[in-house]
Amino acid sequence: MLENRKYFIYGFFILTGLIYLGRLLYLQVFDKTYETSTNSIRKITDTPFRGLIYDRSGKQVVHNTPSYDIYVTPRKINITDTAAFCSLLKIDKPMFDSLMTRAKTYSKVKPSLFIGDLSKEEFAQIQDAMVDYDGFEYQKNAVRSYNTKSMAHALGYVSQISQKQLDRQEDDYYRQGDMVGQTGLERFYEQQLRGQRGVRYVMQDVRGIDKGRWKDGKADTMAVAGQNLYMGIDLSLQELVDSLMQQKAGAVVAIEPSTGQVLAISSAPSFDPSLLSSSNFSKNYGRLITDPYKIMLDKSISSYYRPGSTFKTVQALAAMQDGAIGPGAAFGHAGVKMKCHGHPPAGSVHSAIQWSCNPYFYHVFKKMIYHNSERNTFKSSRIGLENWAGYMGRFGFRGRLGIDLFNEAIGTLPDAAYFDKIRGKNQWRFGQFASMGIGEGELQITPLKIANLTATIANRGWYITPHIVTGVGKQGEVLPQFKERHETKVNKSYFEEVINGMEMAVIRGTFDRSAIIPGVQMCGKTGTSQTKNPKHPHSIFMAFAPKYNPKIAVAVFLEDAGYGGFHAGPIASLVIEKYLKGEIQRKAYAQKWIAKNYLQFVPIRGQKPIAAIGVQKAVAKSADSVKKDSTKLLKIK
Amino acid sequence: MARQNEHIAHNLDWLTVVIYVACVTWGVFSIYAAIYDPENPTKLFDLSNSAGKQLMFISTSMLLIIAILVIDYRFWETFGEVIYWICIALLVTVLFFGANIKGSHSWFKLGGFSLQPAEFAKIGTSLMLARYLSRTNVNLSKFKDMLWVAGIVLLPAVLILVSHEMGVMLVFASFAFVLYREGVPPIYPVIFLSAIVLFVLTLFFSKLYVIAGLVVVGLLVYRFLIPHYERNLRNFRQVAGVVGLMTLYVGSTDFIFNNLLEKHQKTRILVLIDPYSDPRKAGWNVIQSKIAIGTGQLWGKGYLQGTQTKFDFVPEQNTDFIFCTIGEEQGFMGSLLLICLLLGLVVRIVTLAERQRTRFARVFGYCLAGVLFFHFLVNLGMTIGFMPVIGIPLPFFSYGGSSLWGFTIFLFIFLKLDSQRPFTLARG
Repeated sequence: MLENRKYFIYGFFILTGLIYLGRLLYLQVFDKTYETSTNSIRKITDTPFRGLIYDRSGKQVVHNTPSYDIYVTPRKINITDTAAFCSLLKIDKPMFDSLMTRAKTYSKVKPSLFIGDLSKEEFAQIQDAMVDYDGFEYQKNAVRSYNTKSMAHALGYVSQISQKQLDRQEDDYYRQGDMVGQTGLERFYEQQLRGQRGVRYVMQDVRGIDKGRWKDGKADTMAVAGQNLYMGIDLSLQELVDSLMQQKAGAVVAIEPSTGQVLAISSAPSFDPSLLSSSNFSKNYGRLITDPYKIMLDKSISSYYRPGSTFKTVQALAAMQDGAIGPGAAFGHAGVKMKCHGHPPAGSVHSAIQWSCNPYFYHVFKKMIYHNSERNTFKSSRIGLENWAGYMGRFGFRGRLGIDLFNEAIGTLPDAAYFDKIRGKNQWRFGQFASMGIGEGELQITPLKIANLTATIANRGWYITPHIVTGVGKQGEVLPQFKERHETKVNKSYFEEVINGMEMAVIRGTFDRSAIIPGVQMCGKTGTSQTKNPKHPHSIFMAFAPKYNPKIAVAVFLEDAGYGGFHAGPIASLVIEKYLKGEIQRKAYAQKWIAKNYLQFVPIRGQKPIAAIGVQKAVAKSADSVKKDSTKLLKIK
Repeated sequence: MARQNEHIAHNLDWLTVVIYVACVTWGVFSIYAAIYDPENPTKLFDLSNSAGKQLMFISTSMLLIIAILVIDYRFWETFGEVIYWICIALLVTVLFFGANIKGSHSWFKLGGFSLQPAEFAKIGTSLMLARYLSRTNVNLSKFKDMLWVAGIVLLPAVLILVSHEMGVMLVFASFAFVLYREGVPPIYPVIFLSAIVLFVLTLFFSKLYVIAGLVVVGLLVYRFLIPHYERNLRNFRQVAGVVGLMTLYVGSTDFIFNNLLEKHQKTRILVLIDPYSDPRKAGWNVIQSKIAIGTGQLWGKGYLQGTQTKFDFVPEQNTDFIFCTIGEEQGFMGSLLLICLLLGLVVRIVTLAERQRTRFARVFGYCLAGVLFFHFLVNLGMTIGFMPVIGIPLPFFSYGGSSLWGFTIFLFIFLKLDSQRPFTLARG
């Protein structure tokens, strides 16, 4: 029957419909490849500008200049003429291959950095041509630029995130090619500085022309701008410090005692921070990291030294507060192996500080260690040391101070546990660590902590944790830990004793009198820390001024320079003069100290100390960048 | 006569009319969505854009519908042959006087509008077929009658092919449905379908595999489908003969592919297999079309929210690729509704055709159903990567006056015939 053929026809029609429906069901509902691969919607990542950094007077220290990164998604690319593409980007074929391999290793479907850091001009040349290459996209970025050649260590640097850092990150924020703070403030305040990346979805037509926001921006996340940092650093003081420290090794830390704000923090030798900015990074990093003077090490916080005689101040304070000695205690030189420097007899704490009497402080420390009822000298030493370490803790010598920089070293403050470990439990007593009484022996203290001690003395008994940033986002918004006052619980009158001694040490004591600042009441304590070369010990000086209502506390560490009062002392005096008077009146004197070269005495890693003459050139050459960059720093009018 | 006083829409099949109205309305909104530019929106009733023009085509279609309903139903049967020959004349004329649009000479340019006689040739051919088959003594199992029928269909088809409208020419293959229904021996559609299936198979698989498959299928047919008492040498030879012919055909597909098809037709077939072989040129349409439809997901992006189509990723997005806009903005639910509407229409027409008392009306109905179905099959198939890109519109949806008028006239002539069914005498 012909009429029955209609059923075949119905069947054919309906079968076709079902096959098509099945295909559409797959295409539209089950096949997820099309969910994401829309080419009319482009995802744009907005990396907010990194926060800027200002000094205490509002001067801009760090800012951003725009640069462009080219990203590639290997799966999407379709380059027909590799040679043309290479010449467009000004790279060669092997370079192209290696970049592509790197991108593929990271991910075939996720965009990764292809070429970074093109300047605005370079990018403008290739921008139009890039449209023809699928799988390449660009991102506008910012490169750190510096308005100073100073302060490289504390500012830190920003560089591309490493694979290790990418793997280790906790909140899965960073992508390959992202810039991240690696040291200093850039690292410590990374979260605040970077802001929050935003994502925008824009529609584009087939020619790549922007067609406005997708879904009116409902799927977008706003980029949150990085917060600016306001530092307590006085940039002009900082620049002076860095020029004073050129051709020298060591560290300077200056603190405003009443607030704990760091006024200047320097590690020498130093370098121009822009050497590690953006495209300069790969060029210079290797050179800097292998520098024989460990130029990348921030000696102000990551190096530790024996504090030498500067430590006598805190020894006297602890002993007086403990009741081991009175302010008027007198000790002779007899029976002490330590040599003194030939000075009138020390009849009180005051004069012992003034003349930095080593035997005196041997006795002070001994008195203090044995200032308990225990008869057994081993046990008594243990009790005494623990008691002493407790006092030291109140001055911030135990653990880290907690400055807002990355990589603060702890150093060593030996306590009972420390000697138990190296000598055996209760197998040690005072005689084995007596030299700690004069700041030698096992003590390892960072310059930052000595500066903090100076501030504590200046404050007559308390300190606020030193911090560089005084405002995050806006001036005065300081982290909570930088508001807290740490009390030493040492009687104020004992401080006056020590301070009087420090004042006299400057006027008529261990200090180089030619360095006295006219009209400024400066209180200081010299320190000379032994090194392998007896002719060139580390020169240390701590000072604050004025005596009453102090404005600045400074610690200066000069490696392999000589006696404290005669090398570190003058530098500290110049720093104080600059800060208190706003300018340096002793211009010739300042020039003399800027010109001094102590770097020649610093042993180069793995080499014996070299004789001064003849090598000076080589040293100057190796510190070339340092010298070049910092000689122009000082502008004395 | 009493019925002449009746309302012109009396006895009209309202279900079909409702589907027609739904398709046309949805169509014009989809055209508006396809050309909608969020940054520079134009109004729907704006003659400067294609949605506005389509609205105008729809309103003129209303006039055509009224005219068809007013004209006596016997007009079409009486003048069917005349209309066919007028169409043929137009197809010839357009070859000489037609405007050159994208290399095809199939359009008359009349002022701002263009007219494609090929659209109307389908109706003319249907009328002619209906006339011929309703003659007494015509029997499609007879070779002579089949030859006549082939002539009726092939004459306009060849003329259209000459005017470089391969796609429209292929539509004439849809008359296979009506011929099958009206008595062509089943061996012909079987050969026809086998040829297509084998051709597609050789595109996707190595010829050796296809031939091996044929042999295996042949053996299986002989062993399991033929009862054991008939498994003799004669039957075996027959099966082997069929397999042998098919193998010959498979072997010659290369010749067909390389020598009978033009270059752009070959690439269109090749990108069907792998669109990414030429993603920026030949494969572009297929890739972009699939992306657009695929991004629609279950519920779609929402009306006017589609981004793939309106930002010109999909070419011809308001004409041949109009389905992409629907797929993107209305999602799978939209696709489902569209398939239900169009297939529902086709099935309804077949049902109506089957209830006709005259062979003329039935044949005409089957012609209509076949043509509509073929358009649906090819147009939708090409957007979802099932068919090579063949430029034929989606009935009632795609932008274009000729296409809309053509289908409207086609549909309403049949509805008019159907409405007059009670007054006709059953013949043949």
